[in-house]
Amino acid sequence: MRYAMAIDTKKCIGCADCVLACNMENQIPEGFTRSWVVEMAKGEYPDTMLEFRSERCNHCENAPCVRCCPTGASFTTEGGIVLVDESKCIGCAACVESCPYDARFMHPDGYADKCTFCYHLVSEGQNPACVDVCPTKCIYFGDLDDADSEISKIVETRKSKVLLPEAGTNPHIFYLT
Amino acid sequence: MFQASRRDFIKIASLGAGGLLAGPQLWADSDPLYERYGIKKIPTYCEVCFWKCAGWVHFDKSGKPYKIVGNKADPLCNGRFCPRGTAGLGMYTDPDRLKVPLIRTVRDGKQTYKEATWPQAIDYIASKMRKIIDEHGAESLALFNHGAGGKHFGRLFKALGSGNIAAPSYAQCRGPREVAFHSTFGAGVNSPENTDIKNAKCLVLIGSHLGENMHNAQVQEMSTLIDKKACIIAVDPRLSTVASKSNFWLPIKPATDMALLLAWIHVLIHENIYDKPYVERHTFGFEDLKSHVREMTPEWAASITGLKADQIRETAWEMAKASPAVIVHPGRHVTWYGDDTQRIRAVAILNALLGSWGRKGGFYFPAKAKIPSYPHPGYPKPKWTWKDTLNGRYTMTGSAVTNAIIDASHPDNTTDKKIKGWFVVGTNLIHTIPDQKRTIEALNNQELVVVVDTMPMEITGYADVVLPECTYLERFDDLRNSQFREATIAVRMPVAKPKYLSKPASWMVRKLSKKFGLQNHFDYYDYGEILDWQLRQVGSSLEKVRKKGLINYPRSEKAMYMDEASPMGFHTATGKIELYSFAMEDEGYDPMPVYTPHPEPPDGYYRLNYGRAPMHTFSRTANNAHLNQLMSTNNIWVSPSVAKKWNLKDGTEVWLKNQDGKVSSFPAEIRLTERMGNDSVYMVHGFGHSEKRLTKSYGKGICDTELMTKVMIDPIMGGTGMRGNFVTFQLTPPNTIET
Repeated sequence: MRYAMAIDTKKCIGCADCVLACNMENQIPEGFTRSWVVEMAKGEYPDTMLEFRSERCNHCENAPCVRCCPTGASFTTEGGIVLVDESKCIGCAACVESCPYDARFMHPDGYADKCTFCYHLVSEGQNPACVDVCPTKCIYFGDLDDADSEISKIVETRKSKVLLPEAGTNPHIFYLT
Repeated sequence: MFQASRRDFIKIASLGAGGLLAGPQLWADSDPLYERYGIKKIPTYCEVCFWKCAGWVHFDKSGKPYKIVGNKADPLCNGRFCPRGTAGLGMYTDPDRLKVPLIRTVRDGKQTYKEATWPQAIDYIASKMRKIIDEHGAESLALFNHGAGGKHFGRLFKALGSGNIAAPSYAQCRGPREVAFHSTFGAGVNSPENTDIKNAKCLVLIGSHLGENMHNAQVQEMSTLIDKKACIIAVDPRLSTVASKSNFWLPIKPATDMALLLAWIHVLIHENIYDKPYVERHTFGFEDLKSHVREMTPEWAASITGLKADQIRETAWEMAKASPAVIVHPGRHVTWYGDDTQRIRAVAILNALLGSWGRKGGFYFPAKAKIPSYPHPGYPKPKWTWKDTLNGRYTMTGSAVTNAIIDASHPDNTTDKKIKGWFVVGTNLIHTIPDQKRTIEALNNQELVVVVDTMPMEITGYADVVLPECTYLERFDDLRNSQFREATIAVRMPVAKPKYLSKPASWMVRKLSKKFGLQNHFDYYDYGEILDWQLRQVGSSLEKVRKKGLINYPRSEKAMYMDEASPMGFHTATGKIELYSFAMEDEGYDPMPVYTPHPEPPDGYYRLNYGRAPMHTFSRTANNAHLNQLMSTNNIWVSPSVAKKWNLKDGTEVWLKNQDGKVSSFPAEIRLTERMGNDSVYMVHGFGHSEKRLTKSYGKGICDTELMTKVMIDPIMGGTGMRGNFVTFQLTPPNTIET
């Protein structure tokens, strides 16, 4: 079992519905978000290229946040989902500093917070909130170890990239290009 | 500057302390209504935009609503709400909401509002209405409305005997397209548009930035086209989101679309690639059209539009290849340059030549449910309506024209048909209708202005009475009966008690109706009773629909498209699709569209273009905490070379000044981007709020509407063309003197 996400930049319109659905589902306090949207424009008018990316924790195989956590509050659970155990977190923010994707923030209640792939939903067989809300269906989610899964097939057949491969984190969010 | 008037603009923020607001909390936080029944979700349909997606409001363990998700059985959203719908709870939780009725009064020589009880407010309004009705007739009352709340007031107006009921969604938005399609096909496209996008092989968007305008099912279907690698052609001077995803982006010179459309028609006809059997069978006026566009070659259009002739020709061939599964999209907000009906006529003609009307992948024939109205006494026939004030103008309009009602309300109206009182329900006219000065002059000429809203929008500052409406999450409203591929009926139920002293519009009109002996028109205690009665007439009930959220009426594909075997009649003068329009000719307009050059920006000025962001609706969502967090202001998109000329950097704060010297009230930051050409600047509509009580959005960004002092009226139907305004940059605030 290896959960992963693939996000189709060809379809993403940058509407940030994923961000809102996450905020509502996970009751993120105002002023914070676990996901965000990046817009990149390249080239000169009228030969301009545009890319939208919905970004969040990459649930890395080799997660710096897990490695640097002094209390074991940051951990990798079954299926490769990186989580934070709020009760063990001492709020040192080392993980926030260590993440090359800037995916973590300090929750006002004093612990490190970030995307959980909606673990509470996924463990009940549902999709993360961002996947199910996306109006362009550009976010795919599933088990990469299952060769027959939609995500395995799409990562297999489509060109994709990961963010900051040079960081050696082995991210599990793939951007289809 | 406006002269001090009977109706000074009152910022609700300036309300003195005292009265109801300062008293003990009259309102507890809303009780969780359904907790005691163990109900986990309640159906509604969204009110954040006009698409009205059906969804579910979910309750957390404490019984409070915490999220809204789409209803999977609703074909308008397929279980996926857009950002605004997802953030709908922000309308309910907004601390800046209108909380109590307010009545204009004079205190210490200054106009202000006093808080009132509901009986005081209703009595006050009724006595002012009575005076207007006695002196001028009920016809002198006008209703401006948008959305579900306005429907209730519409019934009150009809019962009173006024037919002056208008919505900006017509003359400020999609009116020209309805007239154009009616005069061509004998039918409008209506809302949601009957575009069969998911089955199209080619989608052509002209200035329609799908994906930035989040018309839910359309955006979803556009994404399906990207998956299927269908052809998308986007015409837009700006690299819109969809332009960046298109196979062909035509970065057209602003205001020259008509030339491109005519050249496309020329190529289809003169290169013999139109749908011949369809055109022969169903259309009228082909030979006239053929000679009309003879000289309108791609080369001719290239010299006007700045596009390449080859590209014009190539895209026409792409459309022909996909025919009839091709949609030249009619757009939605199409009030641009004043010849908008004619421009959309050209769009309709293109679709006719491509054989797409009534064909799979083109325009389907929509279905709607038949729901009986709750029995009510008949409506009196008004002695006159807005139509009688037109004086030969706008002869082909199909709906009430807001700006014509403003004209009839203005001091310069010398006829005997005068509007003396306004109700404004759910529409912020100040940010909606161009030429604000004229709107305000008309407001100041009224004996009564009642504004019904959930938020202290700018329009509330001009009211004699402000009535706080509860949000869509706290009320029943009419059943949603939208046209689509299949008919559906969706229900909206309250998920919480109305916060503060807010009330549903259905309650307000019932109270008002009693003052005029019209209570038989509003025979309910709670509007849910009416819904239950209506649902029982179609074999269901409120309780049954509560569990499913909506009723689906599945439909065979056969009924959605033309039956090629049987004859097809069109509701036009000739019974055919009119490439040559007799109706237009009869009214003295061009029977076939003609290219007219529009004014160009003077040196140092740029055309003001505007559009939407996917996370906002009009000016109504800027203060929604969830959406404001994603986008709290607009900025001014400019090309790097324009920026260089003015020494503007990314993030430089500027005010905009238009051709008439009007300077924006607030500044906005420059957004330097290669998505823009050098002819225009671009901004997202809906920001620049001047009402301080909108605490999250006050003073953030520029209000495009205030810069629209020039209005290019469509003579055919009265639409207000808004894209003829030109702006330049000013680095100092408006009231400083430039040296």
